[in-house]
Parts: sequence; C-alpha cells; structure tokens
Amino acid sequence: MELKRTAGRRAGNIHTTFKMAVFGALVALVLLTAVFAPQLAPFDPYEQDLGSALLPPVREHLFGTDRFGRDLLSRVIMGSRSTVFSALLLVLLITVIGTAVGMLCGYYGGWLDSLLMRLSDVFLAFPGMVFAIAAAGVMKGGLFSAVAALACISWPKYARIARSQALAIRNMPYVAAARLAGSGDVQIMGKHILPNLAGPVVVTAVLDMGTMMMEIAGLSFLGLGAAPPAAEWGSMMSDGRSMLQTSPWVVLAPGLAIFLTVMIFNLAGDTVRDLLDPRQRKR
Amino acid sequence: MQNILEIKEIKKTFYKNRIPFPAVDGISFAMERGECLGLVGESGCGKSTTARIITHLTPPDEGSVLLDGEETRYLKGRAERELYRKVQMVFQSPQDSFDPRRTLGDGIMEGMRNRGMSRTQAKERLYELLWQVELEQEFACRCPHEVSGGQCQRAAIARALAPDPELLICDEATSALDVTVQAQIVGLLRKLQRERGLSLLLISHDLALVQTLCDRVLVMYQGKIVEQGTPDQVIRHPKEDYTRMLVDSVF
Repeated sequence: MELKRTAGRRAGNIHTTFKMAVFGALVALVLLTAVFAPQLAPFDPYEQDLGSALLPPVREHLFGTDRFGRDLLSRVIMGSRSTVFSALLLVLLITVIGTAVGMLCGYYGGWLDSLLMRLSDVFLAFPGMVFAIAAAGVMKGGLFSAVAALACISWPKYARIARSQALAIRNMPYVAAARLAGSGDVQIMGKHILPNLAGPVVVTAVLDMGTMMMEIAGLSFLGLGAAPPAAEWGSMMSDGRSMLQTSPWVVLAPGLAIFLTVMIFNLAGDTVRDLLDPRQRKR
Repeated sequence: MQNILEIKEIKKTFYKNRIPFPAVDGISFAMERGECLGLVGESGCGKSTTARIITHLTPPDEGSVLLDGEETRYLKGRAERELYRKVQMVFQSPQDSFDPRRTLGDGIMEGMRNRGMSRTQAKERLYELLWQVELEQEFACRCPHEVSGGQCQRAAIARALAPDPELLICDEATSALDVTVQAQIVGLLRKLQRERGLSLLLISHDLALVQTLCDRVLVMYQGKIVEQGTPDQVIRHPKEDYTRMLVDSVF
C-alpha cells in the first residue's frame, strides 16, 4: 500500500486510472452484492432458530448467529440492500434537488437566488442530525422517512456547490457565445452550464455516499430508520449492543460491513476527485 | 446609403460596492454598411461594454441602438434571436469562447441548429465555413484545449460567420494571440470583409492593427468618445491629449 501511494504520485494519470479501476470494481462489488443479496445469502436472514442462538463464528455460520439464531452473514448481505440502496436513493435525491436549485439560483440570480439561498442557510444553520431525528420521528419511523429526513437537511450543500459553479460559468465567454448562437436559457443551462458544473457535484456525491450510509445506519441505530425485523446494518448493531460483552460478533459483523463499505465509497470518491481534477485534465 | 449601425447616447453604469462607475457615458456613433470601424482605447474604457450592449448581452441604462435602422433595445425572445442573424461577435479569449466539453464543430453548429437547420445541412455548412477560415475539416471534432489559440480563433470566426451576419464585432479578437498568428487572423478578417461586404467593428487597444485594417477610428477614454477620424489623421495629427499619449505609447 505504501509503495503504491508514492508511485501513484509520480506516475500521475495512469496510476489514478488504475486506482479508479480498483475502487470502481469494489464499488461495483458492493452494489452487486446488494442487488443479488437474496441469491447470495446462504441462509434465510429472517428464519429464527433459537436452538443455535448466539453461536460464535463457526464454519457453518461464518459471522456467527444473533440471539434469535439468525445467520449473521446472511443478515449482513441482506442488510446491504436496505443500507446501500437507501444511501444511493438519498444521494441521488439530494444531488438532483440541490443541483437544480443551485443552478437556477446561480444562473438567474435576483430574488429567486436570495429566497432559496436564505432557505438553505436556515437548513445549514440547524444541527443536521437533530433535525433528522426530529423529522424522522414526526414521520413515524421507517427507512423511507429516514431518507426523507436526511434529504431535507443535506440538499443545501449541493445547492451551494452548484450555485458557485453556475455563477462562475455563466460569465464565461462560451455562454455569451451560446447566447449569440440564439440558445435560450433552458438550452444554455442544459447544454453548457449543467455539464460543466457536474464534476465537483459528482465528486461530492460519491464522497457523500459513505457519510449518508453512516447517517442512515445512525438513524436506524436510534430506532428511527428500518424497523426491527428488517436486516439493516444500523438496527442490527443496535440489536446487538446489549450483548457486546458476551457475544461481540453480533455487533462486529454489521459494524465491519459499515466500516468497509464506507471506506470503499470514500476512497472511490477521492479517486474520482483526482480523476476530475482540472490540473490533471489539461494535457 | 443607410447606416448598418447607429448608436445614440448610450449609457451604462456599473456599481461596485454601491459606488457608481460609469463604463459607457453617453456615446454616439454611426457605421456605414461595409465599413471597417475601429474602436480603440485603454483597458476599462468601456469598449467591451459597448460591444456587449450592441449584441444585447448587457442592457444599456439609456440610449438607443439602431441596427439596420431598427431599434434593438427592447427585443425579446424570438426577435432577439433574429437579431443574431445580423450581428455576431468574436471574443477576446478564443479558448474560453468554446465550451470546454464540446467540440469546435458542436460550437459552430449550435447556432445553425437553433435556426432550424437539419443536422446534415449544418454539417455541410460547417465544412464550408471551416474552408473559408482556412481550417482542416478534422478540427470540427477537436475540443478547444486540443487546438492552438489561432486555430481556435479561426473556429470562432467561422462560428460568427455562420448566420451570414451583416455586422461582425471583433472584441480584442487578436489580443490573446502571438504576433504572427495575429497577422494571419487580420489577413483573414480583411479577406472576409472584402469578399462579403461585411461591416466590421474592430475593438482593440492596438493602434497598428487598427491602422492597417480600418477606414475610420474612434478613440474612447473613460466611457466617452474623445476623437474620431481616419486612422492616419488620428495617428499623425492627434487633437486630444489622450490620443497623443496613446499614439506615443505605441510608436
């Protein structure tokens, strides 16, 4: 790993591409696991077998079993579905909303800009997790309300990024040239502004995948996300926390899954940023 | 002959931290059809703002712009787009005037497609235009960062010529290029002007360039026109102190 990193600095572009391939493959692996979770899970993740409750990791149950005798490996695999998919949905949601709002604000300016940006200031000034807990509580639990609550507090960041980019891009000569070519506002935004502001937004989105996964798991841990029988990493950890001293594997299995997945997405995000870095793009 | 462009008393004031800064302070001039008019002055004297007002990129505070005898100030939507069939502009920094994520061909064809040309028609016209500005066809599929400044500026000229405009504004079109390339672009502009009877508004701080190309020259200083006449008149016998200073600094 050490060797790779120093070599990466020197070799520059080629090495970044290689890193992207590795992390891209890992991200794909996580996503595929989530998609094919029912086929991959060796046991039914919901089937209880009280006779084999709280087994430590053995050959048959690689991650051990929880207090209802459910196979933890199967539950972790199944849990990747809810955690990864809800994080994906959440990131998609806030990226689309935030970018749209930010681009409109940056491009048009004026009262629309002031209004929407003050609104986003309000959201940014609020302690995020507290708001999410309150919102998820009001919406009476469920994974979807956790996603909605987190979306409410997370879009302003994207709006800010998109707005600052749009502000810079709208004054570029090529936008003036597009206007002289007879393009209207919608066309200019779609063809010139959106593609040129997409870079930083995409990087932030990939980097945020990990954070959002943690926040969803966090809400679930607090009992505000996925409801108990459902396999979800956060609620699984919450389930096992009373047995941390006697059977730590119950917490360890989903914890490790969160740790690895978040790390994979963060590293992939870093690599995407390196790849899109304007200093490296100029050849 | 009717004037292609007539500007009356345009004013534009910008505000920086609420301090008014008059960029264009009541200038008026007229341009005959087929004429090459130079607009010279130091940076920040309002030349570019004037160009942006004529091309509707910046609205003026006061005054009127008559293009081909028609008031253009209040045009909107479709009528505004019609305006760009008559007037086109070449920008100062060639590389920035093309979308970095799109090819030069896309940039040149954008206007044609907007004016309702089919893809095949636009392609044909594109190759015709590239030939006119002396670029190979392969440049159509290059991105702006893959070509030199001079090549990019040629493409920008091709883009500006696409709708067959009557008035072409060159806003410091040669300033970002090195001297030999400048000469080539100037030669190209002169050729195009002669062949098409194009009216050319050449905005520059380069008196020598203006002298070789223009029939008439206006000198701008702090948002006002301080002197006008033929280039030789202005350069040899400057009447105003500012013009004298400008001339002395070059020759």
